[in-house]
Amino acid sequence: MLLARLTEANGAPGQEGDVRDLIRAEVEPHVHEIRTDALGNLIAVKNPDAPGPRVMLAAHMDEVALMIVGIESNGFLKFRPIGGVDPRVLVAKSVLVGAKKIPGVIGSKPIHLQRPPERERAFSIQELLIDIGAKNKEEAEGLVKLGEIAYFTTKYEEFGTGKVKAKALDDRVGCALAIRLLQEEVSFPLIAAFTVQEEVGLRGAGVATYQIKPDLALVLEGTTASDVPGTDEHKHATTVGAGPCITVMDRVSIPHPPLVQELFAIAEAEGIKVQVRRNTAGGTDAGQIQLSEEGVKVATIAVPCRYIHSPASVMSKHDFEGAYQLVKSYLTRLQEREASK
Amino acid sequence: MEIKQVLRNLSEASGVSGHEHNLVSTIQDSCPWADEIACDKLGNLIMLKRGSGPEPRPKVMLAGHMDEIGLIITKIEKDGFLRFGTIGGFDQRVLLAQEVLVHGKEPLTGVIGAKPPHIQAPGEQSKAVKMEDLFIDVGFDSQDEAAKLVRVGDLVTLKRDVVDLQGSFLAGKSFDDRAGVAAILECFKALDGLSHTADVYGVATVQEEVGLRGAITSTYGIVPDIGIAIDVGFGDSPGLPESDTIKLGKGPGIAIGPHVHPKVHARMLETAKEWNIGYSLDPSPYPGGTDTYAIQVARAGVATILLSIPLRYMHTPIETIDYADVKQTGRLMALFIAGLDQEFVEGLTCF
Amino acid sequence: MKTVLKQLTEAFGPSGYETEVTELIRTMIEEHVDEIKTDVLGNLIAVKKGAEDGRTIMFAAHTDEIGLVVTHIDDKGFLRFSNVGGVSISTLVGNRVRFASGAVGAIYQEKGSWKELTLDKLYIDIGAESKEEALEKVKVGEFGIFHREFVDLGNRLIAKAMDDRVGCAILIEALKRIEDPNNTLCFVFTAQEEVGLRGARTAAYGIEPDLGIALDVTLTGDMPEARRMDVSLGKGAAIKVKDSSLIVHPKVKELLVNIAEENNIPYQMEVLEFGGTDAGAIHLTKAGIPSGTISIPTRYVHSPSEMVDIRDIKACTDLVVALADQDLSGI
Repeated sequence: MLLARLTEANGAPGQEGDVRDLIRAEVEPHVHEIRTDALGNLIAVKNPDAPGPRVMLAAHMDEVALMIVGIESNGFLKFRPIGGVDPRVLVAKSVLVGAKKIPGVIGSKPIHLQRPPERERAFSIQELLIDIGAKNKEEAEGLVKLGEIAYFTTKYEEFGTGKVKAKALDDRVGCALAIRLLQEEVSFPLIAAFTVQEEVGLRGAGVATYQIKPDLALVLEGTTASDVPGTDEHKHATTVGAGPCITVMDRVSIPHPPLVQELFAIAEAEGIKVQVRRNTAGGTDAGQIQLSEEGVKVATIAVPCRYIHSPASVMSKHDFEGAYQLVKSYLTRLQEREASK
Repeated sequence: MEIKQVLRNLSEASGVSGHEHNLVSTIQDSCPWADEIACDKLGNLIMLKRGSGPEPRPKVMLAGHMDEIGLIITKIEKDGFLRFGTIGGFDQRVLLAQEVLVHGKEPLTGVIGAKPPHIQAPGEQSKAVKMEDLFIDVGFDSQDEAAKLVRVGDLVTLKRDVVDLQGSFLAGKSFDDRAGVAAILECFKALDGLSHTADVYGVATVQEEVGLRGAITSTYGIVPDIGIAIDVGFGDSPGLPESDTIKLGKGPGIAIGPHVHPKVHARMLETAKEWNIGYSLDPSPYPGGTDTYAIQVARAGVATILLSIPLRYMHTPIETIDYADVKQTGRLMALFIAGLDQEFVEGLTCF
Repeated sequence: MKTVLKQLTEAFGPSGYETEVTELIRTMIEEHVDEIKTDVLGNLIAVKKGAEDGRTIMFAAHTDEIGLVVTHIDDKGFLRFSNVGGVSISTLVGNRVRFASGAVGAIYQEKGSWKELTLDKLYIDIGAESKEEALEKVKVGEFGIFHREFVDLGNRLIAKAMDDRVGCAILIEALKRIEDPNNTLCFVFTAQEEVGLRGARTAAYGIEPDLGIALDVTLTGDMPEARRMDVSLGKGAAIKVKDSSLIVHPKVKELLVNIAEENNIPYQMEVLEFGGTDAGAIHLTKAGIPSGTISIPTRYVHSPSEMVDIRDIKACTDLVVALADQDLSGI
């Protein structure tokens, strides 16, 4: 299954190679051109020279992970998050480290040796170390290099009522959507940008857009859902199972209002359940795409995911399917409009 | 002039972000190896040394920022004391009792003062001074006297001569990042004795300390294939964990992280090993703070790397470096450039 | 001027939804310019063509204002919201909000102390008795603005959205006064300044001017126990030296000072320790564009009662008019 393979592949910001290779193999049969750029963005183009609007689909390949920044004298590995990670989710997880995929665990002081007040305090990133079982610094240095990445080992699994558990749903859901959408038959130029380094500051999307020069862009994302116990309804942001969400504003963009209105209208006409993203925090590649050169019309369509940026996030297959149907319907209508010209 | 002496002169000169023009002639006059030298609209100084051979030739941009953090006058008080704000990131605790130069109609000597200890409340000395309580005393008795020579918006720099420490260690202000500019000059000098096909653009960038601004615009104009930023990195000092620092005297830090192109990184390490140049590996998951960040995302994207000169006491007037590291950084870049060809550059977009 | 300011400040234009303001401006200036158009981001770009040997100056004043966006409607018809741009909580409780549909609501807070007040503890009451009734007036995702009228106090004026409709008004007045300029003048009424200088960035990319000048408000330090700042209301146009988005090009700063001196235009130097203007985005465009800002001293910025002085407005307008014909070959 595509989403399973995508989420189980590893790709920290700047080290998206495995994900890129997987996507390249999937989309190659369906596009006319495929290339990479100096940052590692994968750009797949259908109908490069056809008339009509240049439509860009954007999904980022990178995921948050841990970078090895030091090796202690006793062989433990010191790390720092690359991308936004809450240190509290890290303790007592298993990881795979570096090119050699060395298994390791993130250890902490046992409860028996802690005084009760200590347990009320969160572990700081400085207190957490990765233990790969190395006896000393020399042995560890033979297995792991500074700058290498540790990834969570979470397996993709379907469970509950139509739910999925996996790591890196943010944004492999977007990648999976773009891969499927590239199989649509359209007459206008359709360009998918599988971008790098979104999690460290939307770094890939801007340069990809500069090369693509789109008229409009649809950003496909996995976004935060907080529909969980202990959160007031007005702070849910999005609800898992209530359909894909459409962004009206976040920290980096106010998507093109007419395009946003059109998406809502299509959803209503097609009977696709959608929701407004009810939070303005966070940012997506749309922020860079919209401001490229003289400006680009953008919209962001996202699949709600609980516990993003943690080892295990949760989404609904129905929301994923809804996002696919929504974008597909948009492309179909655009196709009809172009054909009638 | 020895480049070490050039660095000394640059360190003692004034060039707060946005006002770097005083430094241009010093750098320009110290670079006889460039074929062309020009300033762009924001004031970036661009030194071009052409490669040999037919076009297309690889284009390499070297960026070291020449601006320094500084102070700016915000108000002239009734009694002639000057209030100030900052340009760039200062730890205000470092400012107390520093000598400064106020760049008014003429340069004025000043002292940063605060309330003397004798009239402080008990316990006050254990608290850090607040920025808004500091002021500059330029020795005038009235607002009118001061206002004749100083106006709101005038710049202030710290006054500090370079100190020669043991060995090749130097201490002074603004080695962040004029040491990087010196490394570019060292690179140009070394390139003069080497054969290279790449066109090399050495850029002394402006306004790095306020948001990498000069690198944004200069990269847009140059459109390089490879960008090398040379900045300073946290040197080993008491109280800092080993994994967050690089050692003085062991050569530059070679960064690894999202802002570093894997093939450029690999080639840089090979070059260092081949020519026996010392280096420290410098993993950085947060790539934001240097010109590398701006160069990488210009136009269609640039393959970048960051080299860091180890430096202690960053953003103080006693920044400390080992000049040997500056030399080694310049040499490493020159040898890296000498080894470049168009085929390597074309491979940079193949992932 | 006051009539124009009243119309502009009372119009509806939160970031991203500036059309009402740009259309209003279009009707005011259409017959005074050579070209006029809007772009993808919603900037209104009006051009007055100059002589062959002239340069291009881009003047920018932003049309958008800070506001709110509805994030939730509960079963009883109360709305929850998030901020659009830099909205201070202290200005919200008891304030009124207006939506594009004309619906008006009161903002209030859940129980709890002022100190711990966060945006998610505030709500808007639009007088609906149920979710259904609320939905007839407002939808989740809709943008709203402060609901407040313009007041004329003589020399001093109060309104919401003075930031930056006062800049727009100055450009409107200036472009009417300027005839056959030597330089080509692009008057850009920019979108989305309050959320990150976004409109100015794409507009400048297209125009690629030789000089960029933003007209925007700045803070003052002349109120009781105010934060230290040497700008006062009524003391003239503020010529910016720096803010967090821009260090004004020294030659641009000197040019503006010289023009003010030569034309006896009252001015003051401005060092702003936070905040930014469109000039911050313009100067980083392409290979770099020398830029500066002419600021209108304004009290209570980002509150529903922003106060400006008509004499400062005149000084700023005079400065813009005088700049339009300057020889820019030195920059």
